[in-house]
Amino acid sequence: MKVRFLYSEDCPSHEEALKRLRSMLQQEGVETDVEIVRVDTFEQAEAEHFPGSPTIMIDGNDICPIPNAHYAPACRAYVLEDGRVSPLPSVSMIREAIRAARSES
Amino acid sequence: MWELANLKVGDKALPFNLPGVDGANHSMEEYSGNAAVAVIFSCNHCPYVRAWEDRMVQIQSDYAPKGVQLVAINGNDATKYPEDNFETMKSRAREKHFNFLYLRDESQEVTKAYGAERTPEVFLFDKTGNLRYHGAIDDNYDDPAAVKVKYLRDALDAVLSGSKLSTPETNPVGCTIKWK
Repeated sequence: MKVRFLYSEDCPSHEEALKRLRSMLQQEGVETDVEIVRVDTFEQAEAEHFPGSPTIMIDGNDICPIPNAHYAPACRAYVLEDGRVSPLPSVSMIREAIRAARSES
Repeated sequence: MWELANLKVGDKALPFNLPGVDGANHSMEEYSGNAAVAVIFSCNHCPYVRAWEDRMVQIQSDYAPKGVQLVAINGNDATKYPEDNFETMKSRAREKHFNFLYLRDESQEVTKAYGAERTPEVFLFDKTGNLRYHGAIDDNYDDPAAVKVKYLRDALDAVLSGSKLSTPETNPVGCTIKWK
């Protein structure tokens, strides 16, 4: 399983998001390195298809894809299971994405 | 127009005259008779703003009868961040039933003058136009049910009762202002 964590330094929530990702990988028994990519420019955002910080990609797929996303070094919004908007994916979103990737491999 | 002010608690409000999503221009002077004015630097795209905006609506609703006016100002660069353009401001205000002013600072002069760095970032002025509180709306962007300290509400209550604020300043939490 290839896991990438993309973030912008200006985004206040990236440390917490990475913590959640590492915690869920551990809980799910997935032993893999997390490639951490800092995105600073619009050019990088385009090249990485980065819709905002934080973005978690598992096996090339955004865990929460945004249709027609605008790529930019900025924060992104997640809509949580209870409808709230958050700068962070929930732990269950991350867990479900890990499980889905594992079942496809 | 102004040098960078970086307003400090106790400083006077800086004037502005900006277009609003309601089709009219609005100035700080217009609200000089209000009991308090909370200028909140904001935008459309920031997830922190979006997490807090229902609370902003509720605060305006609760405090309007007491003469409080919230004024949200979006100074983000809409060329690089098109979601922050004026048309999207109008649709966001409609969709979320904004009951406060939502103004566009296209030149970013007002945003720079106030020294705003994040969205959302609150500058609360009392009836004499003095800055009394600067910072975050409350202590939990993520979960309204988990808020322990309601910074802006507490500041409003103190200002309206003529009391001293226990917390006149907090660190604003949110996205950085998107400068041109």
